[in-house]
Amino acid sequence: MSNRISQCFAHAKADNRAVLGIFVSAGDPSAESSAAILDELVENGADMIELGMPFSDPMADGPAIQAASLRAIKKGMTLAGTLDIAKSFRARHPDTPLVLMGYYNPIYIYGKDAFITDALAAGVDGLIIVDLPPEEDSELCDDARMAGLSFIRLVTPTTLGHRLPVVLEKAGGFIYYVAIAGITGTKSAAKETINAAFTRIREETSLPAVTGFGIRTAEQAAEIAHISDGVVVGSAMVSIIEQACAEESLDTEKLVNSVGTYCRSLSEAMKRS
Amino acid sequence: MGDTAPNSYKTLPDEAGRFGIHGGRFVAETLMPLILEVEKAYITTKSDPGFETELLYYQKHYIGRPSPLYFAPRLTKHFDGAKLYLKRDELNHTGAHKINNVLGQALLAKRMGKTKIIAETGAGQHGVATATACALFNLDCEVFMGAEDVRRQKPNVDRMRLLGAKVHPVTSGTSTLKDAMNEALRYWVANPETHFYIIGTVAGPHPYPEMVRDFQSVIGKETKEQIKQAEGRLPDALIACIGGGSNAMGLFHPFLDDESVAIYGVEAAGHGIETGEHAASLTGGEPGILHGNRTYLLQTKEGQIKDAHSISAGLDYPGIGPEHAWLHDIGRVNYVSATDEEALDMFHLCSRLEGIIPALEPSHALAFASKFLPSLDKDKIVILNMCGRGDKDLEAVLPLLEARSKL
Repeated sequence: MSNRISQCFAHAKADNRAVLGIFVSAGDPSAESSAAILDELVENGADMIELGMPFSDPMADGPAIQAASLRAIKKGMTLAGTLDIAKSFRARHPDTPLVLMGYYNPIYIYGKDAFITDALAAGVDGLIIVDLPPEEDSELCDDARMAGLSFIRLVTPTTLGHRLPVVLEKAGGFIYYVAIAGITGTKSAAKETINAAFTRIREETSLPAVTGFGIRTAEQAAEIAHISDGVVVGSAMVSIIEQACAEESLDTEKLVNSVGTYCRSLSEAMKRS
Repeated sequence: MGDTAPNSYKTLPDEAGRFGIHGGRFVAETLMPLILEVEKAYITTKSDPGFETELLYYQKHYIGRPSPLYFAPRLTKHFDGAKLYLKRDELNHTGAHKINNVLGQALLAKRMGKTKIIAETGAGQHGVATATACALFNLDCEVFMGAEDVRRQKPNVDRMRLLGAKVHPVTSGTSTLKDAMNEALRYWVANPETHFYIIGTVAGPHPYPEMVRDFQSVIGKETKEQIKQAEGRLPDALIACIGGGSNAMGLFHPFLDDESVAIYGVEAAGHGIETGEHAASLTGGEPGILHGNRTYLLQTKEGQIKDAHSISAGLDYPGIGPEHAWLHDIGRVNYVSATDEEALDMFHLCSRLEGIIPALEPSHALAFASKFLPSLDKDKIVILNMCGRGDKDLEAVLPLLEARSKL
């Protein structure tokens, strides 16, 4: 369960480096290639996987992840399909933390209890449900925690004041610091801002904290890896898939290689730091 | 009976913004501090007598309220049943009920020290109302509108631009109203300090459904006074069309505890409920979570949101306000539907019989009235919310009426 998450951060800390988390949407560009992409990511230094549960109306996401969601839905990806991808991933990678990220409606329709049971059976470690703030904890968070899934909280620049303890109260796994006031994959935050945010977060919690939203280059990843316990790259990775899909015919092998190369560049840059 | 009576239908939402299982605050953490700030400001402001005085001033002198309650003699004769009254909110400045809400929220935004306004719009009526209020109060205005609607509703786009608003065509998702709302929310998240988001209907995260309802309730409050003056009693029934449901909520809410008043909300059945191409979330949808609230939604069995269809861009939304969802669950309001074709017939009929060109939205309400009124005795009284005028629809409607040899 969330042991995998804490062990992952503990190992990285022992190696004096930050955890590299990679986000991709399940089923983008297809269920089969998803599995190959995930393997390639782990092969090339991804310490943790955030697997997107595609939703038609991803309110907090920028154009790249919106498009990824729609590509996956168009190819028939469902929540059940996402859990299948998770399950087969877990069989191949017994130690890599796997977190599901998405929006509440597909889970609500799937059924809360069935979802918790099936996610645990698939070897999922944690959940990031973007549109379930602490005010709606009775919807899913309380039962998910009880069952042993980490409920990972987003902390944003606007959360850092008196609201931070509210957000941290039931947080599990790690803290996901949203480095910009905005949606995924748009602008990037200044290093000083992130520094100040982490000082504040570390005052309030002993959970590891990662930074995401707007990290695109190996240089940014390396820089943030000095401050943060982890770095999450999503939109930039998803954009590589988007480019491959825009070509006349999709060359899956080539796509998987590009994903691996990019992941390796991030991982190497972070190691040097 | 006061608003807080325990057996009242008017005590909701609760503190969590719930109407039964519906409503709530299903938003990203990035948005949460913003809506809490709006809620706090709204609670303070609505109990401030100075705010009420200011709002009343603009309602009277700028919008032109109260809007008349008009007995429609020729439609009454034509339907040959109950007496039909029209609440003439199409006579408001900017031509629809939308301005009632926008002025309230714009005044609130000013009090909060916000200088820039965000709005989403479908047909453009809410966008025009928002652009109007922003011109009046010297606020910057950014309107998000589906690219498809920008094309279909050019006159309203032109009005917004003339009024000084920046119109952002939205091409994400399916380029419709739901995507415009996604994009407006995204924009707000990225600009939290300076911007206030004026939502145009009784939907979205708490406190919007409550706040928009309160600002629109002026419709029902006036109606109650006016019908007592005209007929010496309450009406037997109310009818209003429903997309998100703000005009309907505005008319219905002051009457919810008057059990003798039957209430009918008319959703858009598009090409027909059975075709799957409609916008009737209560009739053809299931509860789910979108745009910050739980309510009935048009969605697939996997929980992906489906596109709505209606001839009326103002009803073309896959959800409905959470208070309507609750009123549907408890059975206080009856929700029915009318097709594109039925609405078109009424667009023509009302123009010819009353000299009132209705918007396509209230044409749906008229379509239900045409079936309902003949079943009632002649001493019964029915009030229909004429929530918008049809000038904006001429470009879309005239070719259709010509094709049906009605012109």
